[in-house]
Amino acid sequence: MSTPRSEFLAGVRLTLPLLAGVAPFGLIYGVLAISAGMPAAAAIAMSPIAFGGSAQIIATGQFKLGVPGPVMVLTAFVVNLRHMLYSASMGPYLRPLARPWKWLLAYLLTDEAYAVTIVHYQQPGPAEHKHWFFLGAGLTLWATWQITTIAGVIVGGRLPANWGLDFTLALTFIGLLLPVLRDRAVLAAAVAAGLAAVAAAGLPLKLGLIVAAAVGIAAGMLVEALPGAKPPPDAAPEGSDRWASG
Amino acid sequence: MGLWLTIIGMGVVTYAIRLSLIGALGRVTLPPLLIRGLRFVPPAVLTAIIVPELVLPGGTFDFSLGNARLLAGGLAMLVAWRTKSVIFPVIAGMVALWVLTALH
Repeated sequence: MSTPRSEFLAGVRLTLPLLAGVAPFGLIYGVLAISAGMPAAAAIAMSPIAFGGSAQIIATGQFKLGVPGPVMVLTAFVVNLRHMLYSASMGPYLRPLARPWKWLLAYLLTDEAYAVTIVHYQQPGPAEHKHWFFLGAGLTLWATWQITTIAGVIVGGRLPANWGLDFTLALTFIGLLLPVLRDRAVLAAAVAAGLAAVAAAGLPLKLGLIVAAAVGIAAGMLVEALPGAKPPPDAAPEGSDRWASG
Repeated sequence: MGLWLTIIGMGVVTYAIRLSLIGALGRVTLPPLLIRGLRFVPPAVLTAIIVPELVLPGGTFDFSLGNARLLAGGLAMLVAWRTKSVIFPVIAGMVALWVLTALH
């Protein structure tokens, strides 16, 4: 018999293994924000406001380079666009809920929360209280992200500047990228984006990232449309369960 | 545009994306072309950030064995591919970077 309480606790429990991946990421964000020269209060506040690991980490690099605010916002938009898939996928399950529930759960809709919750929704059983599972998973991830951000900010202020810690951004993203490179079209998207990023590195306002992302997406779609390619899988993107917090 | 305004802007666009189809009234579905394209956002964005960090250290193109970040990044890719972990490539890459920098 599932109750709101049992669903909530199940959501917390099934999210715990994911924290091993989320916690270091939060620490790295906090450290990078401080070493980029961001004020501690702003670095900490970004975690509840923007609540998206990859976008936040990219923003620290951009802040260090003095990238204008509107370009940072545009970058966050592109980086988080994939969440539209999650929103589309969760929408039908959440339709019976009252609006405040939808508003709250949308705020908690990160990569990891989506990954555990969609699996739970797709399992047989009464769906009546499953939004409590989503809440349990989402709040667990949220709290972990906030706590590890603060820990990273504290640690980051005490680390020497000459350790080259900014390099952890590229290394973290390597760890997120490699498992995603599973088919020809995704590989094409990555190679094209990488080449375009180098070619467009001189663009003003650091717009090279946006241009390179567009080139990569186009290349992936082209290769996928070639004869002999597998039909595109629907809904969740490749490796979406691994792509960063938020 | 100040940092605080930028952070709030990031929050607004992120929340708008997440709420978009949960908050939409009725049965809204994404066009298939958009769904196909969104699948490539993660690999494209990640690679577009990684590659310049490795081959443009300090802003100049350097694809040689003297580039410590390129070598450390290559090692991290190998570790990521073998371990499927996010944290081991970070550890291996940072250690490699420190060792290579100390040797130079």
